[in-house]
Amino acid sequence: MLILLGAAEAESAGLAAETVTNGDPTFAGPLAGVQLGLKVYHAVEPEFKDNVDADVYDEQIGMMEMVLEVDSIIEEMSSIREQFCKY
Amino acid sequence: MSFPVIKGTGYILVHTPDIMHHHGTTQSQERAAHPDSDYLKALTDHTRTYEEVVAYAPNQTYIGSLHPEKLRDIPMPWYANPVEKAERVGALGEIMPQDEFYGLMKMSDVFDLVKLEDEFLATVKTKLEAHPLFKDDVDKLGTGDTEEEIHRFVKDHHADPIFHEGHLVGCVKRAHDVDVSLTAHIIFENLVSKASGMLAMKHLVDKSGIDVSTIDYVIECSEEACGDMNQRGGGNFAKAIAEAAGAINATGSDLRGFCAAPTHALIEAAALVKAGVYENVVVVAGGATAKLGMNGKDHVKKDMPLLEDVLGGFAVLVSGNDGVNPIIRTDLVGRHTVATGSSPQAVITSLITAPLDKGGLKITDVDKYSVEMQNPDVTKPAGAGDVPEANYKMIAALGVKRGEMERAELPAFVTKHGMPGWAPTQGHIPSGIPYVGYAQQDLTTGSQNRAMIVGKGSLFLGRMTNLFDGVSVMLERNSGEVETPGAGVSKKEIKEMIVEAMKDVAAEMMKE
Amino acid sequence: MMSVLDGKKVIIIGDRDGIPAPAMVECLKGTDTEVVFSSTECFV
Repeated sequence: MLILLGAAEAESAGLAAETVTNGDPTFAGPLAGVQLGLKVYHAVEPEFKDNVDADVYDEQIGMMEMVLEVDSIIEEMSSIREQFCKY
Repeated sequence: MSFPVIKGTGYILVHTPDIMHHHGTTQSQERAAHPDSDYLKALTDHTRTYEEVVAYAPNQTYIGSLHPEKLRDIPMPWYANPVEKAERVGALGEIMPQDEFYGLMKMSDVFDLVKLEDEFLATVKTKLEAHPLFKDDVDKLGTGDTEEEIHRFVKDHHADPIFHEGHLVGCVKRAHDVDVSLTAHIIFENLVSKASGMLAMKHLVDKSGIDVSTIDYVIECSEEACGDMNQRGGGNFAKAIAEAAGAINATGSDLRGFCAAPTHALIEAAALVKAGVYENVVVVAGGATAKLGMNGKDHVKKDMPLLEDVLGGFAVLVSGNDGVNPIIRTDLVGRHTVATGSSPQAVITSLITAPLDKGGLKITDVDKYSVEMQNPDVTKPAGAGDVPEANYKMIAALGVKRGEMERAELPAFVTKHGMPGWAPTQGHIPSGIPYVGYAQQDLTTGSQNRAMIVGKGSLFLGRMTNLFDGVSVMLERNSGEVETPGAGVSKKEIKEMIVEAMKDVAAEMMKE
Repeated sequence: MMSVLDGKKVIIIGDRDGIPAPAMVECLKGTDTEVVFSSTECFV
């Protein structure tokens, strides 16, 4: 199982990623305290980008690389994976 | 070609702290699931006063008192930097306090469903008697009820409570005993929408100086549905608002399309005027009860005020070309079609560059783009980013891809052709339409020549389609040249046509 | 080279103001993955 995120900001991407790996950090939703430890990536990360068709990626997502803060999203996602991923 | 014009606008906000606490979906769901939650306990401490709401810079921008370009100069977070000497009334409308608005809900109610406690009603009446737009309507407030009666309606008869400053001051009764489309909850939301729409339309009439009896048609474009169990979205808010605003010669209809609806409505209003069906068409929408405090949990977590404490409303008058006001270029319309797809690039192409290409224009030929003008003070702490800025970056990125500008020019484009967001997160309210009032100034007395109004809507939330939607339309400075209807052919042209015809006849005769 | 996507079941949580889910679904066509759930969030 793998989770793919499209969040607009590093912070919200990190929050979603933490929820599916370490359980709900707000301790509010159905996943509160449930450590799923799933692999999670954002659509602008190389793990996703480099493994799909480059033309399709460019057509569907390419422009958003200029819009989103790609570096900070990657940094946030990597940090969450290092801390919580089991698989 | 003669195009319709933006003849006037009205923009209103209503400060509704108690409605936010009790009727906003984030809060009402929390109350149902965790009645003792820390979030609910924290609401009051994070709620702003009316004075704070009036002094909030984005709100001053919304009602026409602080141009978007000046809002940019105020450091964020805006809630920490109030506007000095801010006033309730602006050039385009007003910020109404909650108690007066409850009076408007009662005035808008023609089925005796809104009950206000005697003493509270008397206070409201006194205030509305001093309101320039409602002083002649106070009789519509009717009579009040005792506190016991109101408690009884809420406790025993499924009425939705009306609170003010934490106290029960009235209620909205259900309109039927078994009809799930006429519950107190739905009637409450619908009357809020109707009353705030009426307030916006009253301001439009007041500010534009139009004789209200000359309004022919009203298009309402909120996100509520009114009807009964046999026709759940039967309608028609438009006519109800027209009636409440005194537009006796108007009829109307409701247009729905999530947040894209106002721009759809603007285009359709322009089409109706351009086709000569109607002369004066009003586009109007009131506010959304459900969205009040929508991102409240994030705001409380960050220990900032609940900024989603206002209802929004607007009204726009579209009329025939007067040679002065900005024209609506009905030939330069963008639309997201079924086949467009959902990639951001395809969306922006369909909405922005398709109409530009039709007019032989470049991305930089449009002075200002009015996109989704959500206030970033609200959305950034909630993890939704700066929505207008993201839109401007997307437009600029497309410009880079098209070779119309360099990537290094992207930040400058965002500033020059964009604006900071100032609209409350009331769904349809921020979508394209907030700038139309300022555009009327900027494209007449100001120095700009073109503005594009862009509306987008998340249709997939309704679970009928996975599609996204959007439309756009260009506003342009009026050249001052007005063609009268039916004068499509000049006298000179007619003479030339006759001469040609005579020549043909002569040629035919010569043959014989 | 083994891709992180190979043979995976994928859950997609898109964002209306970031990357919407259908755009990611398009990218996954032609890869060895199965999209088991996809939705797009809207915070505004």
